[in-house]
Amino acid sequence: MRATPYLMSLPALVLFAGVVIVPLAMTMLLSFHDWGQYKGIEPVFILKNWQEVLGDSYFHEMFWRTFRIAFFVTLLAAVFGAPEAYILNKMKSPWRGIFLLVILGPLLISVVARTLGWALLFGGNSGLANKALMNMGLISAPLPFMFTETGVIVALAHVLMPYMVLAVWASLQRLDPQIENAAVALGAGPFTVVRRIVLPQVMPGILSGAVIVFALAASAFATPSIIGGRRLKVASTLAYDEFLNTLNWPLGAAVAVLLLFALVAIVWGANRLVERRYAQVFG
Amino acid sequence: MAFLELEKLSKAFGTHIAVDGLTLGVEKGEFVSLLGPSGCGKTTTLQMIAGFVEPTSGAIRLAGKDLVATKPAKRGLGIVFQSYALFPHMTVTENVGFGLEMQGVSASERTTRVGETLELVGLAAFAGRFPRQLSGGQQQRVALARALVIRPQILLLDEPLSNLDAKLREGMQIELRQIQRTVGTTTILVTHDQAEAMALSDRIVVMNHGKAEQIGPPHEAYEKPATAFVANFLGKTNLVNGTTVRPERISFATSGVSGALAGTVRTRIFQGNHWLYQVETASGLVTVIRQNTGDNMPGEGATVHLAWAP
Repeated sequence: MRATPYLMSLPALVLFAGVVIVPLAMTMLLSFHDWGQYKGIEPVFILKNWQEVLGDSYFHEMFWRTFRIAFFVTLLAAVFGAPEAYILNKMKSPWRGIFLLVILGPLLISVVARTLGWALLFGGNSGLANKALMNMGLISAPLPFMFTETGVIVALAHVLMPYMVLAVWASLQRLDPQIENAAVALGAGPFTVVRRIVLPQVMPGILSGAVIVFALAASAFATPSIIGGRRLKVASTLAYDEFLNTLNWPLGAAVAVLLLFALVAIVWGANRLVERRYAQVFG
Repeated sequence: MAFLELEKLSKAFGTHIAVDGLTLGVEKGEFVSLLGPSGCGKTTTLQMIAGFVEPTSGAIRLAGKDLVATKPAKRGLGIVFQSYALFPHMTVTENVGFGLEMQGVSASERTTRVGETLELVGLAAFAGRFPRQLSGGQQQRVALARALVIRPQILLLDEPLSNLDAKLREGMQIELRQIQRTVGTTTILVTHDQAEAMALSDRIVVMNHGKAEQIGPPHEAYEKPATAFVANFLGKTNLVNGTTVRPERISFATSGVSGALAGTVRTRIFQGNHWLYQVETASGLVTVIRQNTGDNMPGEGATVHLAWAP
């Protein structure tokens, strides 16, 4: 029976449609409805929300900040995560297993708990790290961390680092174990080996890790809302506020849908680029 | 004084002794094979020469100079790895040219030398391809070209043919030998394949448990094995009344020849160019190999008399 595979995957398809496609379509529809302070949501078809989101400089700033934060988080994760994975890969057992656990362990802890940890360390005058640095006389005023973009970037990079390490680690596993020896035997120094031999081969891993980290950073909610708060809004905290504080659901829906589309476009474009660039070499 | 000298070379990994006091001299231009089963220490020896593994004790000297103190990147040795270890993100030309680039050879000279070497291994037409686009045999040649182009003092081959199928392997053996003769590079081959070692080498070093059991020309090691291990490792042997006899040295005699051993054919296997016999005798089961000359051969169950020159 030709239809059998389709019939067998029907339950999963129904579930997927029920919990993903339908709510998304409803959110999309919601973004075209009207809303007023006293009349509430009116099920009409208007472009008001989209004109506002796409035309107002307030929203431009919000989205620009979201993607700027996501970009720097990705950069930080790559700069620290890729060497971390390389060093991890060089370790011998049992250290390799222990440090892999150390790196991946935070994934087991709630993002909220981890972010609050940063807040405890750098939150104003009473933050532990700030207090210690001031007592040692290294700084005179507490390091600005809460409600700053830098704070959000640092905390998000920490939260999302394991994804980058895992992606690079996976591509390092595919490396020929003798490849570095081959380059060394031909006269390459340790730095040249990394730059000319290892890095080009793990580049697809770094890029796929970057896509994951970027997408998660741009859509992150908990960390920006704890560190950034109301003063430093990003797209996801903005949508949340529109939904639950202003109660302007249609506008919040427009923000959420725009964030989704922008992310899909960026991730899809990045994937296309990686595939085109590396298909010939690595297959 | 030999060109490459290993003197009482030893390597221990914890309590396991991988190489145990190996002494070997290799002359300039010589082709020497380290032969033995897996875990006999042959690969560790090669890695110590290459500099990837540090000896526990003993010395390695190249042209009278201490090699152990030299960094692997400065040893100037050409190595062909079992997996080839080609750089997948570089074309054939870039792979072969990498060593010259590291030596700071000018771009124009690099082009000439890479071209010459690719010509030598018969890959001039594939210069622009990536390793993934080549067959196993072609990748093997790229690895060889990459090792030879830097004009190494010594060429180290680590099981270079073991990933090729049987037919291709034989062809590559002949080619490898010809290329080595042409360029005259001192070569050390590590292999577990006794046929390969015997076909290629001027001398073989049969290794077992980290020690050299015998060092000598292939013919000598085969005909006059120093130990039972060497005899067994280099080919099939029979132990008849305390003497070892190679199966191809035993012939079927007509009955009555003095000293002939009577027996009954248990199995007879046809292998194209020869017949393989198992003969039941009073002194146990004897393996006999006879050339296929087209004559009638005794069948299973036949009574035969075995004779051989002492």
